[in-house]
This record gives sequence, C-alpha cells and structure tokens, in this order.
Amino acid sequence: MFVPVRLEKRLVPSPVMRIMVPLVSVIMALVFCGIFLAITGRDPLEVYAAMFAGALGSAYGLSETVVKAIPLMLCALGISVAFRMQLWNIGAEGQFYIGAFAATWLPLTFPNLPGYVMIPGMILLGLAAGAMWAFIPAYLRAKSNVNEIITTLMFNYVGILLVDYFVYGPWRDPKGLNFPLTARFADAAILPTFGASRIHIGIVFALVLVFILLVAFKYSRWGYEIRVIGQSERAAAYAGMNIQRSIFYVMLISGAISGLAGMAEVSGIAGRLQPGLSPGYGYTAIIIAWLSKLNPLAIVLVSLLFGVLQVGGYLVQTFGVPATVASMVQGAILFFVVGGEIFINYSIKIASRKEALTEND
Amino acid sequence: MGAPFIKMQGIVKKFPGVVANDHIDLDIYLGEIHALLGENGSGKSTLMSVLAGLYKPTAGKILINGVEKKFGSPRDAIANGIGMVHQHFKLVEPLTVAENITMAEREGSFWLKLGKYEHELIQFGAKYGLSVNPSALVWQLSVGEKQRVEILRILYQGSQVLILDEPTAVLTPQETCELFENLRTMANEGCAVIFITHKLNEVQALADRVTVLRGGKVTGVLQRDEIETKRLVRLMVGRDVVSHYDRKNVSDGQIVLEIDRVNALNDMGLPGLNGLSLVVREGEILGLAGVAGNGQRELAEVIAGLRKTTMGTVRLRGEDVTNLSPLEMIRRGVGYVPEDRMGMGLIPELNITDNLVLKCYQHPRFSGRWLLNNREIYNKSTQLVEQYQVKIPSLEQPIKLLSGGNMQRLLLAREIANEPKLMVVVYPVRGLDVGATEAVHKLLLELRLRRTAILLISEDLDEIFKLADRVGVLSRGQVVGDFNVEDADVEEIGLLMAGSAKGVENDVCPR
Ligand SMILES: Nc1ncnc2c1ncn2[C@@H]1O[C@H](COP(=O)(O)OP(=O)(O)O)[C@@H](O)[C@H]1O
Ligand SMILES: [Mg+2]
Repeated sequence: MFVPVRLEKRLVPSPVMRIMVPLVSVIMALVFCGIFLAITGRDPLEVYAAMFAGALGSAYGLSETVVKAIPLMLCALGISVAFRMQLWNIGAEGQFYIGAFAATWLPLTFPNLPGYVMIPGMILLGLAAGAMWAFIPAYLRAKSNVNEIITTLMFNYVGILLVDYFVYGPWRDPKGLNFPLTARFADAAILPTFGASRIHIGIVFALVLVFILLVAFKYSRWGYEIRVIGQSERAAAYAGMNIQRSIFYVMLISGAISGLAGMAEVSGIAGRLQPGLSPGYGYTAIIIAWLSKLNPLAIVLVSLLFGVLQVGGYLVQTFGVPATVASMVQGAILFFVVGGEIFINYSIKIASRKEALTEND
Repeated sequence: MGAPFIKMQGIVKKFPGVVANDHIDLDIYLGEIHALLGENGSGKSTLMSVLAGLYKPTAGKILINGVEKKFGSPRDAIANGIGMVHQHFKLVEPLTVAENITMAEREGSFWLKLGKYEHELIQFGAKYGLSVNPSALVWQLSVGEKQRVEILRILYQGSQVLILDEPTAVLTPQETCELFENLRTMANEGCAVIFITHKLNEVQALADRVTVLRGGKVTGVLQRDEIETKRLVRLMVGRDVVSHYDRKNVSDGQIVLEIDRVNALNDMGLPGLNGLSLVVREGEILGLAGVAGNGQRELAEVIAGLRKTTMGTVRLRGEDVTNLSPLEMIRRGVGYVPEDRMGMGLIPELNITDNLVLKCYQHPRFSGRWLLNNREIYNKSTQLVEQYQVKIPSLEQPIKLLSGGNMQRLLLAREIANEPKLMVVVYPVRGLDVGATEAVHKLLLELRLRRTAILLISEDLDEIFKLADRVGVLSRGQVVGDFNVEDADVEEIGLLMAGSAKGVENDVCPR
C-alpha cells in the first residue's frame, strides 16, 4: 500500500530541529549501541552508567575528560576554519604530529632554556610547523586546484612516519632502555597544569581561540571573505577577492592550530615525544567539527562529550567491554546526525487518509 | 478533430510558497502543434513536467484516450507515449549518440547490439528528417545536434507526444528554422508536438493552437486563425505593454570604454572574442544584440577583469586597463550585472546584508584593516532596501528566498550605489515578469541620465530598442554593425544576428 508520507522542503531550515536533531541523535546512538551490548550479553544500562559515572562522577574522571577534550577542541577548531571555506583539510592528524615534533626540538636541543623562553618558543614552533605541513597542500590547491583531501590525507602518513623515524632513530633516549621515546623534557618545557590535575593550560589556548574565531567569523573582513568564498568562488572572484591568497592563508591557519594541539599534547601531557601520541585526535576532530556545524562554541561542547565517551570507554574495559565501544557510540552519533539533517531541511507531511484518497482517485 | 489524445484536468502543482499551476485544463490532439505560451515563471515547465511524469500533481488528473493515468515516473509517461526534451539536455556527454538513445532499452540480452541500433537509427531519423551520426560522441555535437538527438531518443522510445521546453533558446536562427520544419514533419506523421515558448513570433510561425498561461492559470486558448500579437500579449501579461520609455536626450560625452581588437578564449579554450572593438560614451547606452553564445559572456568578463585577453587593448577613460584584476576594475568604477544572477552576482545562501556589501566591503567606510564596520553596513543595507523599494521581511534573510525581480533589483541597487562610471549589464531582465522588467529598465535609464556609460548585452531586440542609444550586434565574437537607434532597422539587425548578410529571412522562418 502507498504510505501517505511526503517530504516537503522547508523554505528556511528549522531552528528547533537544528537543536533537537543532535540531542535526539545522541540518545538514538546510545540506544542503538545499547542493543549491540545487549546482544553480546551485557546490560547496556550498567555499561553506560559505568561509562558516565567513570567520566563524570569523580574529580579524576572529570579532569581526564577535559584532558582528552583539549586536543580534540584544538584540532576541531583548526579544521573548522578550513571547512568554513569548503576546504576539506583532513590533515589535522599529521599537522598535530608535526607540531609536536617541532616543539620537541627546542627542549631536546636547548634543555636549559628558562620557561619563559622555552614555552613560547615551543608554541611558535608548533604553530609554524603545523602551518608548514599544510603549506604544500595549500600551495597545490591554490595554484593548480589539486584536491586537498588527497594531499592532506597523504601528508598525515608522512608526518606520522617522520615522527616515528626520529623517535626510533636520532632522537631516541639513550637512557631509555631502547624504548622508542625521546628523553623526558626539562620541567621548563612542561605546560603548567591546574592544581594537581592533568588539565594543562592548553585549555586556555582553546578557549582564547574560540573567542578569536567567534569574533573573526562574525566581525572581521577575513571572516566575511571566508563566508563568500566558501559559498561561491565565482561570486568571490566577481567581487574582486583574492581567492588563491585566501585559500592559502586559511589552510596555513588551519594547520597551525592543529600544530598547536600537538605542541600542547606533547608538552602538557606526554612530556616527551613518542609514537602513538595521538589516538586519532585529528580524525575524531573532523567528526566533531562536522557535528558542531563549524560553530566554535559547539565545538567546545561536542569535544567535551567525546572526551566523556573516550574516558568512559577506557574505564568500562574493567567490565570486559572493549574500549572501542566509545568509537562505536561516536560513529553512531555521526550516523544519526547526518541522517537527521533531513529533518532540518525538510518537513515531513503525513497526508490524512482523506487527502491520500483524493490524491489517489 | 475528434477526441483529444491527452486531457489534463484541473491540474494543481504547489511548491513551498508558490502555486506553480493553479487548476489548469489542457487538451492535446494528435497531429497538432500546440504552443504553450507564457512569461517566465508562469508555470509552463512545471505543467509539462507533470505531464511527463517528473512531478506528481498536487491535484487534478490526466486522461490519455479518455482513461485516467497516474504517472509515478517519466518511465510511466513514456510508456503512455509522452516524452519531453528539457531546457537542459539530459544526455551523457562521453557516450555516443546511439548509446544515449538506446540506453533506456530493456531488451533481454546483456550484450548491447549497438551495430544493429546504429543502422536502425539512421533509417528512423531519416523518416522525420532528423539526420544524426549514431557513432558520434555527444560532447562533440553542437547544441542543435544534441537537441536532435534528444528528439530522436523520444521518438525512438515510441512517443506520440513530443514536449519541447523552450527549444529555440539555444539555437541559431537557421537551426530554429530547421527545427520548425522537423516539428511540422512530425505533426504530419501524426504526432502531437507541445512547444513551450515565451516568444510571440514563434507562436505565429508554428502553432496550430496556443494555450496561454499567466501566473499559473490558463488565460486563453486560441485557434490558428485567432492568433494575433496584440491579443497574445494581453493574455500573456494581462495588460498592454509599454512600447517605449520616455528617454531624455543626453548630450554627447567623453569616451568611457574603448575596446580595440580584443581576442579572448572561452571556457573551452576556443576563441570567444575575435578582434572585437567597441566604444561606449558617457550617458550612452550601447545595446548589443545577438544569439547567445556569440561572445556575450566573454566580453562582459573581459571588461570586468574576470577573463584575460590574449590580444588587443581595453581602455577605460583613456587609461589602458587591459587584464587588470577584477578588484582594480571595481575600483576604477566598473559595475557589472552578470547574466548568472544566482551563480555570480549574488550568493544565494548568504543574507541580504552580506550580498549588498559584496562589492564595497573593502571600502574604508565599511571596514578597517581587520574588522568590518557592521553598523555602517547595516545602515547602508537598510537605506538601499528602502530607496529601491524592495519588500523583504528582514535583512537577515538568505537572498535565495526573494523573487527573481527583487533579487535583480537588489543586485542593480548594489552596483548603482557604487556610482559606476561604466556599467555592464547582461540579460538584465531574463526570467523577470513585466513589472520587474520595467523597474529594471527604469533604473538603467536613470543611471544613463546620471551620465554613466552603459553596455547592455541582450538577446531581446525589444529591450534593446527601448533602451539603447546605439545598437550593435554580437556575432562570432565580434561587434558587427553600429547604428543609432533611430536609424536601426529590426530586419537588418535580425540578418546580422543570423550571422550572414544575405539569404536568411527574419529571425523566424515563415510558415
Ligand atoms: N522545483 C521547484 N521548487 C520550487 N519552486 C519551483 C520549482 N520549479 C518551479 N518553481 C516555481 O514555480 C513557478 C513556475 O515555474 P516554471 O514552471 O519553471 O515556469 P516557466 O517554465 O513558465 O518559466 C515559478 O515561480 C518557479 O519559481
Ligand atoms: Mg521554464
């Protein structure tokens, strides 16, 4: 039988749905993954309770959640800058590693610098290296329209392997029992933390950046140009904008922010450069940027949510539940949000029986 | 005449915010050429898309041979003998003609029997006077040839009713003539041809009957012997149309734009402009007529700095500005209303304010080195919207929600507000209704009074004759002819548009 349901395009996207869809999606994702947990013989409620209690129920859990959220926030903010201009920079992971790598160079080479030189120096190196890592994809895209998705993706592998080469080779700590690690940084090269927690001032970097980006997107000439170029390159050219230059800068800035994320992680958390510094922050951040609709404030919130999932997922391992349950929930959220988009742009009309009949007769 | 083959009854089609078809009745008989006449936006394409199974009507029914049918998809319509050639061709460019035509065949075998089809197609085409080369690749064909392939495809599928949506818009006069002959052959073979157009002379040249639409409603159905221009106009626009504007004379001015033997390539890398020269003076409108695709876009873009010339010079008020950037041209006072309103002149997704400052956001009044002066921008937008009487609910609305007329008014307002020395306008009223058209024309005439030099590129001779001081024709990348509008003669310009000096009749061939 013909089901009397029609999709009707909304003239303006529904603001209510814009808020409801992400919320409902999170719930649906939890239900969906809960079914899987139930099938594998676990009580989903118990697992979720443990996840959230672990991540939010104690000072330690909370601080770990924030710790995980910091690199996610920074990378997602970096990504959002490029995405706003429809530049699909998916190279945050590589830019993160190279940022960490460049920042590491300073304390390894000049271990005795005072903190007020060391930290700013590392920040600058991290920013510069992240930007540099985006430079070649940016150049190719701006000059010859080479697809930046491919180039940034490939640069991820190069970046990660480059770091591996150094920690397995020239930079390996001679006193490190042959583990692939650099020597531990001098204290001056460690980012200050809040109290006894592991939350470092990387969170301040992120929040300052949120503010700067909010202002830039809304009130700056640059933000306006990004908006126009992102929507229509032809209109931008018509308005006399320098599109190549904008593509270039936007990619560099995007890379620099992810580089800063790498610097913050290596200096604030790891204290040394090591393989596996990022468990895929640069990729998870793509999902976050997308879920947040590139809105800086939303990025903060979504990053925290993802922090909860990661910390919670880690903790439920004690139940014999694999930590990958967190990835499953993340994936499911994305799935439902993308599917839910349709409710933002369309309204669902259920034709009454009578209407359905007149339409059919 | 017997019973109609198709009977559409009370067709209503609603889109969000618009009733595109409002209780339309239409009868189509086999063997007739039926014109569907109406202004842009009057609902012609929508009505025919309903008939061709592309849209489901909101209400109303379709009877074929007296039996009610419901079309769920174009396939259903084709099965009932109805096929449509859309305004934008739906061919697969990298494939051959034969592959395109036989793509929809569902004959059992896995292997395509292209050889067999190719032979059949040649014979089939010959029957209707449609000569095609079945093994040619579609992307290599001219527009006219592609159209022939579309028609052939529909006939080959066994359609008895052929719907053509504004088929002449893309054709040269010769191709138009040829098409009309083919259509007559088809009608004589017993097909019904439904011919969508907004051009009166085409109705007169071709139609056996005409149904006129206005604002989604049928305003009249005329038989061949009742077809008469004045009557058609009144049905189509609902009133008599101003046949000329009062144009005050403006004294001769300095040369503003001088283009000297300029060459430029088109998007395909082929010559688009071939040694084009022209001059526009202060307070003068130079109207360039011509069939689309003869260098209109290339010329406008060269002047706006968006396309590089390969030879020749462009001078603006005496200064050599050849190949300067778009920004430098804007700074020198070049305004540009491009043909592609939604794709270039405006950004549909952005709000009205963002669109109104597109050309001036760099001006110190509206931004510093870093930050925008949002207050000034808001004031300016409010002022423009009021001054040009554009009715909008809020400045925050995405511009795509406005009507075509209001969009064009805002676009013009923005360009005029920059006080251009030279204004390039391309097809300024395309898709606009009569009211909006007049508003746009008045704005251009006002601008002329303020001594701006205006280059008007249009395919509409009426528009050119109403507005221009001087008239030229764009043909194969050159300006041919240069007349004062008082001395210009439609006949002669039509000949120039046809691209040859002799041997071709006026722009539509006689019956
Ligand atoms: N797919 C669509 N969605 C929304 N509105 C549409 C759509 N197609 C046409 N319209 C609107 O319906 C009206 C009639 O359009 P159309 O049938 O294309 O007119 P015509 O072919 O006579 O120029 C216009 O106002 C147009 O904006
Ligand atoms: Mg149409």
